[in-house]
Amino acid sequence: MAAVRGAHDAFDVLRARQDFPVLARLVNGHPLAYLDNAASAQQPTAVIDAVAEYARSHHANVHRGVHTLSQEATALYETAREKARHFINASATTEIIFLRGTTEAINLVAQAYGRPRLKPGDEILVSWLEHHSNIVPWQLLCEQTGAVLRAVPIDRRGVVDFDAYLAMLGPRTRIVALAHVSNALGTVLPIKAFLDAARERGVTTLVDGAQAVPHLAVDVQMLGCDFFAFSGHKMYGPTGIGVLYGREKVLESMPPWQGGGDMILSVSFDRTTYNHLPHRFEAGTPNIGGAIGLGAAIDFLEGIGMERIGRHEQQLLTYATTRLADIPGLTFIGTAPDRSSLVSFTLEAVHPHDLGTVLDSQGVAIRTGHHCAMPVMEYFGVPATARASFGLYNTHGEIDALRDAVLHAIRILR
Amino acid sequence: MDLADLYRDVIVDHNRRPRNFGRLALASHSAEGNNPLCGDKLHIYVDMKDDIIRDIRFEGRGCAISTASASLMSEAVKGRSRVEIASLYERVHRMLTRHDSEVDAGLGKLAALAGVREFPVRVKCASLCWHTLNAALSGSGAQVTTE
Repeated sequence: MAAVRGAHDAFDVLRARQDFPVLARLVNGHPLAYLDNAASAQQPTAVIDAVAEYARSHHANVHRGVHTLSQEATALYETAREKARHFINASATTEIIFLRGTTEAINLVAQAYGRPRLKPGDEILVSWLEHHSNIVPWQLLCEQTGAVLRAVPIDRRGVVDFDAYLAMLGPRTRIVALAHVSNALGTVLPIKAFLDAARERGVTTLVDGAQAVPHLAVDVQMLGCDFFAFSGHKMYGPTGIGVLYGREKVLESMPPWQGGGDMILSVSFDRTTYNHLPHRFEAGTPNIGGAIGLGAAIDFLEGIGMERIGRHEQQLLTYATTRLADIPGLTFIGTAPDRSSLVSFTLEAVHPHDLGTVLDSQGVAIRTGHHCAMPVMEYFGVPATARASFGLYNTHGEIDALRDAVLHAIRILR
Repeated sequence: MDLADLYRDVIVDHNRRPRNFGRLALASHSAEGNNPLCGDKLHIYVDMKDDIIRDIRFEGRGCAISTASASLMSEAVKGRSRVEIASLYERVHRMLTRHDSEVDAGLGKLAALAGVREFPVRVKCASLCWHTLNAALSGSGAQVTTE
């Protein structure tokens, strides 16, 4: 299919695929059908080239030298920060901190925001859907401070119970930390409603946006969250780079997280003065090439438009749901009405691990396992699921390949 | 990679109808094994008398490779001594991990697992039951993990 039928401004998926060199390769003798985008998305040539060009022609340390390369590297790095600011509509680049990724961002907030403030008995609210990266940093913080981590329940569709959330928001709630989009089930939270309720009660909020930014437009000012974290490699950028957005007033109130170069104004053995935002939270030489690559990924996404990407992916989701639904013994795990473009499922008498191996033999790449969301697996009473997650370059034909490969696995194993 | 080499008939059969599946009411030794990577759990119960495994059962859930491996192992170790089991484990381990070695014909039905070595990420699935059995025999109630 050359273009998505029915879309007003038809998205030419075959043309978009040409931007991704890896999609042309064969895996085990079959054309690659890469359906593991929620784990990590592939990089377009624009990202690969931006990183390579930086390494080839502009590499030097940032914010240090007066020489030409250092100035060029600094300019490229800071331009990437401006792109990230624009991408999520933060009000200033001082609110954009480059880190290794979402995990590091949440750990920073737990340690630099939470640790000095939280008292025994204070509460941190997360949902039952969270990725381990939005659970474990808070558990560490609870061990350090005596605070208590509480999880808002979900229902059998994988929808977070909003009424239960309102009831759990109490006088001791200090932090609400929620995934915008669930990585295991694809559930999209009506995040603004959750954030509004927290803000009305003066509770600080963090949004794990790792699974949101590749699929939908995000405006942190509209959301009104205090923190928003995302990773480059889930949105067609490099690994090892991500962003923590923090509201300037909140960031200003926080002590540094790590000490080192770049995060200081002056150092003596008597007294060290910390740097301004955002550099105060970027100790040491940052991942300069990664940030530049992330900037290129943002340009790439904005060049297509998040609305068009979202529309294409929702069509893929609808098609996948229909094509897989009649496979005997297939059960979808996660059936929330508002979902991002992934399907998580189990197959009677076929373990997800075996399914993953058979699919790989057919060139179909999916994720199998607990998806770093073991509480979700526990809730549904399954040790693991198979998860096919779609990105902007996936096609209806690849979903047909997925279906064929699942049927092949059933023939072999059931 | 050849899938037929991994999912041989013996493997598929032992996955569909695992032998010695269930609990052993009066186990002298038992242990739980976990593969955190895939969330698999395996519990092994052994009745050992005079250094010989008289009976063995296993339960839990896992992939075809881990279930079939446990089932095949349970048949292979019944009636054997600790020393014999240790030697058997060493031969199985060599078969699962050594690309260059000839498949040990003396392993009997266990040789059906030889295809696993072409799939490195699945070696843990096949070896979980052996680690768990070792843990059971070395002390009751132990827990092991593949990680």
